[in-house]
Amino acid sequence: MPLDNVVFWVFAPLSVATAIGMIVVRNAVHAALFLVVNFFTIAVMYLLLDAPFLFAVQIVVYAGAIMVLFLFVIMLLGVDRGDAPGERLLGQRTTAVILAVAIVAELATAIRAGIGFTTRAPGGFDAVNPGGNPSALADVLFRDYFFPFEVTSILLIVAAVAAMVLALRRSKSLSQREIETHAGDDLEAYGLAAPGAPGTVGEPSR
Amino acid sequence: MIRLPLVLMFSALLFSAGVYGVLARRNAVMVLMAIELMLNAVNVNLVAFSSSLHQMSGQVFALFIIAVAAAEVGIGLAIVILLFRTRESINVDEVNLLKW
Repeated sequence: MPLDNVVFWVFAPLSVATAIGMIVVRNAVHAALFLVVNFFTIAVMYLLLDAPFLFAVQIVVYAGAIMVLFLFVIMLLGVDRGDAPGERLLGQRTTAVILAVAIVAELATAIRAGIGFTTRAPGGFDAVNPGGNPSALADVLFRDYFFPFEVTSILLIVAAVAAMVLALRRSKSLSQREIETHAGDDLEAYGLAAPGAPGTVGEPSR
Repeated sequence: MIRLPLVLMFSALLFSAGVYGVLARRNAVMVLMAIELMLNAVNVNLVAFSSSLHQMSGQVFALFIIAVAAAEVGIGLAIVILLFRTRESINVDEVNLLKW
């Protein structure tokens, strides 16, 4: 058995197991840690599939940046915030399991009809990556896909600005909790009380 | 060299795990994580075909998907935080403002 097959059969079950663990476990932090392991195993898959540059990008972007973002939001919103018990839709979990299994069966049928289960992948590293992987990737990216590359940069800028605008919109509109907790008793804090009413001038609003 | 159908089946399993996560989990952050799982499965597929067909385009598309996934996570988590501020909950079952 060649070495890359050994690596595949070690890391593919690990990857599927961590994926299933991620969607089954209740605690959000545990799920995030499962997802980190899953990202690393997928990075190993890229290495096996002759894409060492994507291996590095996967670790830096996914396991680094995106997971930090996820963990940051989980910590911000409260660690113990798992799924609420009970189901609103009747049989939602069962239906989801049936649909997931159906997708696996459908894709297996499609793979069998498309390329067959016995196809042996041809070629080697040098056939895919003439002159090294990053150089070959850059050659295609900046020659054939230059316009989509620029559009992606615009997309990233728009996404960053939009995330900031969404997260910072605090001062204008009151949140639901503020409306409920301050209902009636604290209107002058927002300048809604009549002028001259006692306690409006000079008192710091809570 | 790994046989292509093996890799495709592997990514099909990952994708269906992501589908289950999106359909069954109620925590909005968990739904976003399951979406990441599905995007990764698609990336594995693209890189596998790139390796098998000797085409570099698959890896370029995988790179684009990684960039778009980063943007999607940024926006998605900002929406989750906004949701938590206004509704005190990130349960997606309770977000039914646009529901008919």
